[in-house]
Amino acid sequence: MAIELKMPALSPTMEEGTLAKWLVKEGDEVRSGDILAEIETDKATMEFEAVDEGVISKILIDEGTDNVAVGAVIAEMTGEDEEEAAAKPAPVHKAAVPEPTPEVAEVAPVASAAPVSRAEDPSVPQGTTMTNITVREALRDAMAEEMRKDDRVFVMGEEVAEYQGAYKVTQGLLAEFGGKRVIDTPITEHGFAGIGAGAAMGGLKPVVEFMTFNFAMQAIDHIINSAAKTNYMSGGQMRCPIVFRGPNGAASRVGAQHSQNYGPWYASVPGLIVIAPYDAADAKGLLKAAIQCPDPVVFLENELIYGRSFEIPDIDDYTLPIGKARIMREGADVTIVSYSIGVGMSLEAADRLAEEGIDAEVIDLRTLRPLDTETVLNSLKKTNRLVVAEEGWPTCSIASEIVAVCMEQGFDDLDAPVVRVTNEDVPLPYAANLEKAALIDSERIIAAAKKVCYR
Amino acid sequence: MAKTPQKAPSKSKAPAKAAPKKAPAKTASRAAVLKTPLYKASKSELMEFYEQMLLIRRFEEKAGQLYGLGLIGGFCHLYIGQEAVVTGLQSAIQPGKDSVITGYRDHGHMLACGIDPNIVMAELTGRASGISKGKGGSMHMFSVEHGFYGGHGIVGAQVSLGTGLAFGHKYKEDGGVCLAYFGDGASNQGQVYESFNMAELWKLPVIFVIENNQYAMGTSVNRSSSEDQLYRRGESFRIPGMQVDGMDVLAVRGAVEEALKYVRAGKGPVLMELKTYRYRGHSMSDPAKYRSRDEVQDVREKSDPIERLKAMLVKQGVKEEDLKTLDKKVRKTVMEAADFAEESPEPEAAELYTDVLVEQY
Repeated sequence: MAIELKMPALSPTMEEGTLAKWLVKEGDEVRSGDILAEIETDKATMEFEAVDEGVISKILIDEGTDNVAVGAVIAEMTGEDEEEAAAKPAPVHKAAVPEPTPEVAEVAPVASAAPVSRAEDPSVPQGTTMTNITVREALRDAMAEEMRKDDRVFVMGEEVAEYQGAYKVTQGLLAEFGGKRVIDTPITEHGFAGIGAGAAMGGLKPVVEFMTFNFAMQAIDHIINSAAKTNYMSGGQMRCPIVFRGPNGAASRVGAQHSQNYGPWYASVPGLIVIAPYDAADAKGLLKAAIQCPDPVVFLENELIYGRSFEIPDIDDYTLPIGKARIMREGADVTIVSYSIGVGMSLEAADRLAEEGIDAEVIDLRTLRPLDTETVLNSLKKTNRLVVAEEGWPTCSIASEIVAVCMEQGFDDLDAPVVRVTNEDVPLPYAANLEKAALIDSERIIAAAKKVCYR
Repeated sequence: MAKTPQKAPSKSKAPAKAAPKKAPAKTASRAAVLKTPLYKASKSELMEFYEQMLLIRRFEEKAGQLYGLGLIGGFCHLYIGQEAVVTGLQSAIQPGKDSVITGYRDHGHMLACGIDPNIVMAELTGRASGISKGKGGSMHMFSVEHGFYGGHGIVGAQVSLGTGLAFGHKYKEDGGVCLAYFGDGASNQGQVYESFNMAELWKLPVIFVIENNQYAMGTSVNRSSSEDQLYRRGESFRIPGMQVDGMDVLAVRGAVEEALKYVRAGKGPVLMELKTYRYRGHSMSDPAKYRSRDEVQDVREKSDPIERLKAMLVKQGVKEEDLKTLDKKVRKTVMEAADFAEESPEPEAAELYTDVLVEQY
């Protein structure tokens, strides 16, 4: 009986990849440990090793094929010991899969769920040509452009230089800017966050990357006590223009300690700017704004969006204003307020609601501090119904803040109580079914929107 | 905490994961202990040291008084007894080029940086004319103009921040050195060692200055530190250390010159331990029951840095009269600072909302 060789996953979030090259052909005898093929993603190339011994009987996917789904059978082999092979349910792919650690996570570009009807971005002049790029590339381009403009800008963090970024966000920066400005640190968040803050006080403009914001809890004292409070405590004479950036929120199957949204934490601190973009254009325009900003910025990215492609306007030095929300989709019946990964789910929900005759407006907050309450309240005035969708815990959340603002300042406009759609109020579990149950999705947003519309 | 493994997976062959460049193998020799020669000061330099230390002493005594009168609130940490440390160190650096950072016991450092005593005292009383417009207080004062970067209230934070200032000096190639002051208490914070590691790894121009006044609040060094010879705390990072009599301004000055020579030559950081003593409690609200009155009295009588220098000056032929005149001048300066601090108005109510952010968004 043939052993099936399946497309391996290179990370917890990889869904598909390119079968770059076969190193064996049909009829070849292979031994355990032989390299069978090269698998490529936008982040890395990995070699695919044989676990079993036998003969390659059939190659099912040609080399050079893109978008091969993880788990798809790419070849078959005949085992030497047929009986034994039959007893083993093709464990081959496991051999090539590294330990699922976040540093190699997120690989294949996932086609973005493009919303059917999307509002024009008023900040982009009509007739502007657009280019498709991933959020990962947009972030890198933002840093590179600012580094070209301003010698004071440098990037520091774990694996940002020689490794090209744990999530490949800093890819290429070392080659262009050299080791003086793209600096690998030891694993020492508290220390390098302090060094970054001190360098900012001394007049530089550091971009400090946290491999994920989960690790920034080791450094939170410098983000809050050193960076956020300096300007105030010094009566405006000492500044700390620094950007702390990195992936935030739940990734995929990495468990409770690696899955948390720090948006509400940092957004509660006066003296900080907190930005959490969704698409590539906002990632670029807002990261550039963050680097230019004289105030300390916490810039929250999302690992699951890094590989998604979006259109980005071909505008030189594309920079967006901090503190301005964006209407992603115009609608009249209900407002869905969200940010970061929740925006994609909200747009998906809005498209599905439209099929049922509910016209939803979707707002991407983009900046969590200062919060653009004006855009939210104006939308509420129009729709009279509001839902907040947040990939994060419900208690003391951005969602609860929006609810408070609507109650305090938009009470007369409300035709129904505002509903929060958030993750469940539990540490994020590992098991696939439990994780799914804990996280928000478009279904829940749809249900909430219907509820406030009394449908 | 899952972290990038040291070695890239062997199956990988992406250029991104090319084997990291190997640093050249290091020699087995441990960190050196630098020499600590006495400084040979001219008479006028001695007079300057004396005046500086006296100013700090009198300023702090006055601050203690104003605290007692309720004019200074919150926490107030006095520097009395430690004057020789900051006086000796600051006298050796180049204003406008080097940078200074310390913790919350910062009044003396500010005066030694040449900052106007009036606006320091006015900050202590929380007035609009204070150096932070009354919004910082005793523990949070800064003067970028004087290369003084605070004034930080979180124990140990200034060590990482100071290492960052040193990073800036190296990055900008401005030839500056950062003096990062901290206490024996802070020397047990984790981030201190994270900073030591990176400072030596990147050969940053920083002098780590441990002001060992023997007590971290109420806990003596011996009760809190497995290695109580604090100058050795840099050894595992190959940072050379020096132990200095912090009650002798000439020893301090002599030692820091050696340290500066080493650091300015681009060899990386130096760790200085200054053995000193604070006469007052940790803060104004500390009755200091953890040590005997005799212990304090003994230090005062035998090793007071100001009395020690005064004796030296008299021996060199300076008249008692002249020293009295100097004392009067210093008292007058401090009195004026106190009056200024008391008479200045409190900040305008609108100041509550200014300086939260630099820009409007």
